[in-house]
Amino acid sequence: MRPQVRWTAVVAVVAGAMLLSTACTPGGGQPTGSAKETGQATVTDPAQMGNLTLTVWDGQTQGAEDGVMNALNAAFEKKYPNITINRVSRSFEDLRTALRLAVTDKTGPDVVQPNKGRPDMGAFVQAGLLRPLDKYAAAYGWDKRFPASILNWSRWSSDAKDWGKGSLYGVPQLDEVVGIYYNKATLDALGLEPPQTWEEFEAQLVKIKDAGKIPIQFGNVEQWPAIHEYGLIQSRYEPAETIRELGFGNKGADYQSDGNLKAATTLQDWATSGFFAPGYNGQTYDDSSRLYGQGNGVFFIGGTWLLTDFVKALGDNVGFMLPPPNQAGQPIVAPGGPDLCFSVTANSKNPDAAAAYIDFITNDDAMSQLATAGVLPINNLGSAAPSSGAGAQVRDALKAITDAGGMVPYLDYGTPTMYDTITVALQDLLAKRVTPEDFTARLQNDYANFTFTGVG
Amino acid sequence: MLKRRASRDVLTRQTFPGKPDKVAYLYLAPLFLVYSLFLLLPLLRLVWFALYDWNGLSSAKWVGLANFRDLFVEESQREPFLHAGILIFFFSVIPVTVGLVLAAIVSRSPLRALGFFRTVLFMPQVVAMVVVAAAWRSLYAPAGTINEFLRAVGLDTLTRPWLGDYNFALPAIGIIGTWVGTGLTFILFLGGIAKIPRELYEAARIDGAGPIREFFSVTLPSLRYELSVVLTLTVIAALRTFDVIYVTTRGGPGTSTVVPSFQVYRDAFQLGHVGAAAALAIGLTTLIFVLSFVITQIAERGRET
Repeated sequence: MRPQVRWTAVVAVVAGAMLLSTACTPGGGQPTGSAKETGQATVTDPAQMGNLTLTVWDGQTQGAEDGVMNALNAAFEKKYPNITINRVSRSFEDLRTALRLAVTDKTGPDVVQPNKGRPDMGAFVQAGLLRPLDKYAAAYGWDKRFPASILNWSRWSSDAKDWGKGSLYGVPQLDEVVGIYYNKATLDALGLEPPQTWEEFEAQLVKIKDAGKIPIQFGNVEQWPAIHEYGLIQSRYEPAETIRELGFGNKGADYQSDGNLKAATTLQDWATSGFFAPGYNGQTYDDSSRLYGQGNGVFFIGGTWLLTDFVKALGDNVGFMLPPPNQAGQPIVAPGGPDLCFSVTANSKNPDAAAAYIDFITNDDAMSQLATAGVLPINNLGSAAPSSGAGAQVRDALKAITDAGGMVPYLDYGTPTMYDTITVALQDLLAKRVTPEDFTARLQNDYANFTFTGVG
Repeated sequence: MLKRRASRDVLTRQTFPGKPDKVAYLYLAPLFLVYSLFLLLPLLRLVWFALYDWNGLSSAKWVGLANFRDLFVEESQREPFLHAGILIFFFSVIPVTVGLVLAAIVSRSPLRALGFFRTVLFMPQVVAMVVVAAAWRSLYAPAGTINEFLRAVGLDTLTRPWLGDYNFALPAIGIIGTWVGTGLTFILFLGGIAKIPRELYEAARIDGAGPIREFFSVTLPSLRYELSVVLTLTVIAALRTFDVIYVTTRGGPGTSTVVPSFQVYRDAFQLGHVGAAAALAIGLTTLIFVLSFVITQIAERGRET
């Protein structure tokens, strides 16, 4: 009997000790290296920073972007031999999940690419895990390098209640917008021209369907592609200002407005009328873009990141356009924005070096290298632009919408739980399991709950 | 009074030389240390997390047992268990039945190519689940092999986007589990049947038993141990499923294929509700523990009668 009592005593003591060691509020404690050092001169010359290693986590894993990042890192190391770059690159999904853990690590990365949006960047800013970059922006002149509308995407108030204004928390490099790709050959065969108005576009969908072709190639099994479809339609009926409030999760807008409701009804009607590829809700995004490249489908609602793949597959047959205006004089608006920006973690021991690195990979020379590689940087977009074809159209579109300040955020950015809410709601809407009214009510519920309480 | 034990248990009776010595604890200490650090400590921390409302980044807010209460009250935390129950049917019940019947049939009249069939049927177990899921995802694609086959045999009306169908997505994922699990059950039952003494079958045959009677009276009772092992393994596999869901449907369409382990991921990484994720994980662990216990108890009790 006695040995048994001793065992339970041992277990109790060990358990108690472990419980005591864990008995602190999770997540407590400010990160070290808080950016409140005032009076310290900002060092902008990496050569004077001594020997150090910068750990960079980025998500530029696609072919051309990857190559340019490697080239830029090598160039930086060559120019400043005292600094070593330790690059960790992951696919977007992996980066999102891993970054959530890495930013809380006191020995974690220095430069990171958080996903824009309240679930990720907003949450990081609120927890004080990202460093404000205003003094570096002043030192390096970033506010002159980028248009204000682009920089605003990385501006947050320090409690992350406001997005779009406040301190600068990231610097963007690439650009993207969602538009409509069209297959010129199939349009010609049906005697149609690329639509000039939204009404024309919707009429063409009917004609294409009647002719037995697939109007819009689409695949939504991963749940997020539908956000682009809805966002594109929404930008026809809802003013850009409201979409920005909703997408940035700022107070003052309403998902149950007429415009949003009309957009939801339209999307559901398109699904019911069979304008999307058959079996779209069981098809992957990759499959749908591959099928489109094989000529299956006249239109594809997607972003400029697909340009290289589509041009490779369809050559001169593919064209790109921003969503056509719903009424005459409607301003240029479409979902999009700067791609993931580069931020500095609050835990970083080398913020000056990190800022210098970010400046290096976003300067004019870097932008030109990206353009030459066929990627779409924010500046110097036209430095290597092809003179015709979809490539030229994409660049013209990006320039036009950036100049007009017409990009609106993706809606899943709006609250910490919106990605979940909207992806599920969109699948239900497309499958007619929920009415457009209930759909907008669900989104409104999430948005109102967040903007009212400030918690997701 | 000593209970009569089956002959197999003679080997498990304690026959160590000498008397037990406290130095044994010293031998156990390193492993116990590793076990505590990597299993017990995280488990305790998990219980601690479950008492808070935490997004993984900022400071947490104490909520006591609210997360545990939500397991029973909140639809989003309850529904996954229902889906897991359905998956148990596909991952466990069907493979066990099919494996049992196949093993019984095959052991009656030995196949010449038995080795080949054993290898081929067991292959799905060897392949990583992520690879299996990716392969099946393309099979289930709207233009994938399954729909192609249905069209080829004229069953066009049965084609559908399997992973995008609210009613068929979960069964479709279940079939992946059936495919993976049947090989394991078949092999284990085959091994179990080989251990049954021939005399029992001869005795049954002399008494006039046909093949079905033999199966229920001789084969099945002798397979109690294998049955408990196989049931435990497959039920745990069903409840643990994450990678299949992640690769194929992400819990969609809607929330029709969300299972507890996937909901834990959603809560922790997508919604920023680490406390809810922790409570759900503990609930899942408890459920698996209870089910395994029940299964082994049923098997043990059967053996002693």
